[in-house]
Formats: sequence, C-alpha cells, structure tokens
Amino acid sequence: MAQTAAQEDVVEISYREAVREAIRDALKRDQRVFLMGEDVGRYGGCYAVSKGLLAEFGPDRIRDTPLSESGFTGAGVGAAMAGMRPIVELMTVNFSLLALDQILNSAATIRHMSGNQFGVPLVIRMATGAGRQLAAQHSHSLEGWYAHIPGIKVLAPATLEDARGMLWTALEDPDPVLIFENVMLYNMTGRLAANAESVDIARAAVRRPGQDISLITYGGSLWKTLEAASTLATENIDAEVIDLRSLRPLDDATIIASVNKTRRAVIVDEGWRSGSLAAEIGMRIVEQAFWELDAPVGRVCSEEVPIPYPRHLEQAAIPDVAKIAAAAKAALGRA
Amino acid sequence: MSGPPDKPRLSRTHMLDLLKQMIRIRLFEDKCAELYTQEKIRGFLHLYDGEEAVAVGVIPLLTKDDRVVATYREHGHALVRGISMKSAMAEMYGKRDGCSRGRGGSMHLFDRATNFYGGNAIVGGGLPLAVGLALAGRMRAEKNITVCFFGEGAVAEGEFHESLNLAALWELPVLFVCENNLYAMGTALAISEAETDIHAKAACYRIASEVVDGMDVVAVEAAARRALQTIRETGKPYFLECRTYRFRAHSMFDAQLYRDKAEVEMWRKKGPIERLRAWLEANHMIHPDELAQINAEVGAEIAEAVAFAEAASWEPVEDLTRFVYAEAGR
Repeated sequence: MAQTAAQEDVVEISYREAVREAIRDALKRDQRVFLMGEDVGRYGGCYAVSKGLLAEFGPDRIRDTPLSESGFTGAGVGAAMAGMRPIVELMTVNFSLLALDQILNSAATIRHMSGNQFGVPLVIRMATGAGRQLAAQHSHSLEGWYAHIPGIKVLAPATLEDARGMLWTALEDPDPVLIFENVMLYNMTGRLAANAESVDIARAAVRRPGQDISLITYGGSLWKTLEAASTLATENIDAEVIDLRSLRPLDDATIIASVNKTRRAVIVDEGWRSGSLAAEIGMRIVEQAFWELDAPVGRVCSEEVPIPYPRHLEQAAIPDVAKIAAAAKAALGRA
Repeated sequence: MSGPPDKPRLSRTHMLDLLKQMIRIRLFEDKCAELYTQEKIRGFLHLYDGEEAVAVGVIPLLTKDDRVVATYREHGHALVRGISMKSAMAEMYGKRDGCSRGRGGSMHLFDRATNFYGGNAIVGGGLPLAVGLALAGRMRAEKNITVCFFGEGAVAEGEFHESLNLAALWELPVLFVCENNLYAMGTALAISEAETDIHAKAACYRIASEVVDGMDVVAVEAAARRALQTIRETGKPYFLECRTYRFRAHSMFDAQLYRDKAEVEMWRKKGPIERLRAWLEANHMIHPDELAQINAEVGAEIAEAVAFAEAASWEPVEDLTRFVYAEAGR
C-alpha cells in the first residue's frame, strides 16, 4: 500500500521511548557515551527507560551499578574529566541527594576551581515529581534547588520532542547538565517526527500564544497548565503558556517579552513555594518588568508538606488545573 | 616494558634525590607558613610537614600518562608531580599566574599538563573521581594508572567504601594511598574507627593491600613499586596504607588541644627527612657540603617562587564569573 511521505515521517511514541531513543542514538553516534546507574541494565531501568539497551550495547556501556549514588556519580565526573561522555541515571531526585556532594562540590566547581583546566561534560538524568502515590521519599520536585547552583545546567523536557532531542545537545555541552524527567510523563504518547533530532537547550518555548496572561511553567506541570489555558479560553481568557525547558540558565528574554505583552503572570511550579524557582522567576519579572504589570505576580506551587501517600492528599499537595485556572482569574480580577 | 622493577634503587644519587625532594617540600611549606603569618597567604593552609615520604616515595614512579588525585593537603604531591614551585606559590597568593589561575588557592592545586586532578577539599570526595578516571582509562584501553591520595579520616566516609567496592568490582587500575597520620583534624583514629587497621579494610573489598612505614621513604618507594607493578600486570586496584604523622597543626587555625607536645616531639624524631639524613650520614653517603648545597638550591628556588608570586598579577574583578561554564571559542 502506498503511503504518503507525511505518514512515513511520523511515529507514535511514548515519552519513555523517546528518552530511550535519545540514549540509543547517542550510544551509536559517540563511542565515548555510556549509561551508568542502578538497574539500568538487566532490570531495564526503574522506569523501563533503558529496557533492551543492555542486549544491544553490552554491559560496559549499559553499566549496572551498586547502590552507591555518590560513588558512581563521582565516577561519572571523573570519567567525564578524562574524556568520556557518561550519562548517569539516578533513580529519583530524592536519591540524587546521596550524590549531591559530587554534583555540587565536584561537577559544578571543577572548571572554576581549576582555573578552566578541567571540564566535566557529564549528563545526569533523574526522575522527578509526584502523582504515582510514592509518598514522601520518592515524589519530590527538587529541580529548583539544583537550578540554584552555578556550574551546572538544568533541563526539564516536558514534550516528546524535548525528551528525544535534549539529551544529545546536553552530551555535546562541555559542562555538566542535569535532566529532570517528570514521572507522570513517561507514559504520555503522541506523534513525533521519525527523524527527530537534537534541540536547543537554552530557550524557553511559547507552547500556547495568548494575550491576556502569561502562565509560566515547566516539566509535568506544562500539561496541567495547557489544560487550564483551555478552560480559561471557554471564559474568554486568552492565556499564553510558556514552557521554560531550561531551568538554569533561565531564558529571561522569552519570559519578559511575554509579560510585557500580557502584563500579568502566574508561575506554576511543582516545587515547594518557599525559596522556589517560582520565587526566582517572580523576582526577575519584578526586576525587569515591574512597570509593565497590571496585577501582582501569582504562583501555584506545591503545599509545604512532604508529599503524602493517599491520592486525595497527594493531589491536593501539588498544582492542578483548577488551582492554575483560579490563580489566573485572580490575576485578572475575575476570581 | 613492564614498568619499574620491584627493587628499591639504593644508589647514592637516588637517595640524595629523595632527600632533596623531601627537603624541597618541607622548606617550601615552612615559607608558606611564614607567608601565612604575614597574611600573604590566606584561607586554610594545611601543611604536609612530616608526611613528605609518602608523596616522594610514590609519585616519581608514575609515568607521564598516569593520573594523580590528591586532597587539600597536596602541596607536596603537586611539587613532586612537576607543578612548578612558582605556579604553586602564585596559586597560594591567589594570583592569576597560579596553577589554578588563583581561583583555587592552597587546597585546589590543579594541573592538566601533569595530569594532576586536584586538591580536593571534601574528605573522601576524591575517591569516586579516581574511580571514574580509571574507568575512562579502562574503557579506552589506555595503560595508565590513577593514584588517589587521601587521609585516614576519609575511611569513615561512605564514599571511601563505595569507591573501593566499585574499583574492585570493575577491576580498575587505581592505586589507593591512605596517608594515615592518626588524626582527622583533632579526632584520633582510635576514637573514630572500630577497626583501626586500615589496610585490613581494603581486604574486605578483595583489594590487594599492604601497610608500610610512611616515615621511611625507601620503604614507601619499595611498596609503591610493588603496587604499581601489580596494577600494571593485573589491571586491578591496590591499596597502600602509609603510617605517618603530621608534625604541625591540622591547619593554621588549630591550637592542637587534642594531642600532647611530647607525642609530637616523639614523632619528630622519627621524621622522614631526619631519618634518611641520619641513615645517609651513618653510611657515609652524604657530605655536609652536599646537604648545605641542597638547602641552598631549594632556598634559591623558594626565593624565586616568592618573587614570582609577589610580582604576579591579580585576576581582574571583571573576570569574576568566568570559567563557571566553558567559553565558546576559547
């Protein structure tokens, strides 16, 4: 049966598969690339991202590690300094805290501390976020913390294109890059160009253009925010939705251009409110666009509580569509 | 070539060279302490005084391609590895001409040219790096060895255990050198470890290990030869515990309330420089003029290094935020 070019060029794919394709592609393109982490090989990855890769690339390049987050993350730093391009997988952001010494004290500092003699071209991937009822030690969103640290870059791919495309760009970067994959996105499916390639990791993206208010978000909250924007549209509120994509560096230009246009902003961030990335973005808006604002900047963040287990409490703790829509209407004086 | 033979070279020239290298570190650091009191050097300053035999016994045996990871007490290692005294001193001053452009200071001497992967000031933090450096070497079928120096205080850190296990599990060519000076800052080994025989811990990870008198540079060198030879043959890690002692305070802020002066004096008598010099004298292998000449040569090198550091320039404040990330086109 004859197919049109368009049909041939698009595949149905999940976010999980998109990440896997990105890893596979990187392993094929560059012999220096290898994947290292807990259960990435024989088990196939805690979230099944690396399933099948061990058979294809062997145990040297799909390297199962003991439960030694600091040890193997530090080994990734050392291997990167010596010319390899490691991808370190940490099962969840909560476990990454066991490797924080190597991320902050080694990876983020060595270029500066060595007077630019050594760089750390390392990629660290990890799962983040709530929604799977995994309770208070597997559900947090600490990417805002990591975005505090000079010397690393922090990415939050929210779309299939970014899940597929950010990894290679991150591997080509001469400095350490952390990639946060929201656990609620792994099963998300959609259509992606079969020849999808690398994407930039520096710019925010306007996912929905609008005139009345800027909704600024990233990661798993993007889809809730887009849904909230659809709800608002039924009430004649035309919201613009910005996907930050990169949490460090932040793309101030895209944020401020949007706010200058809409004159109102709400930031949606699954991190806790106090000391959050949302606070940083809000402050940048105040610093750079205060006189353009027609309303106070609003925020929808997680409640100040360790994420609880039961579904109703877990959902109440994190941003949802209703809260986002309500915050937007409040900023428009239509609460 | 299968590497250096497992025999110490007891030639007079070699012994005098070992003596000179140790004296070079000692006198350099004596000058650093003096400059610290003059506030030319600031921050933390951790002196290697008493432990010189370890770096001098191990590092000269390495090839150019081998890699070194050290701690915040790394001036001696840096000098023996070949970082010039000038650039080390300028780094202590915080000058742009220092080996880390002045951004690291005493605790963070780095040098790409000699594969010197730093002064790491998180106790235990260098061990995972060493594992990774060796892993990269292994994956690229290189022949180099990574040597990782750390104090006995690091043994209490989880990173020590994680790293030994990884190096053994993945059969990586790492020489772990524990500089056991008996005190982690002010905490004696005996009150911080249930098992104080550190080299025995390595055996739990199936790593070949031995303990050596770290005050005897000839013994350290002989043990390091054996260790490096074994690593080059097997590709597997090796663990060397060097029992030594720190004559001076942990850093310049340390009042040393935790140990007796008599204990320090007792160890001073066993010092590595004292010991080698006495042995050379007893065997009529050194003439007083030669010792005077060593002191004079080292003294001249130090004077030059200080003059260089004094004259060196500061990094302009406009460049403060450089080298946080790589710069395009540089």
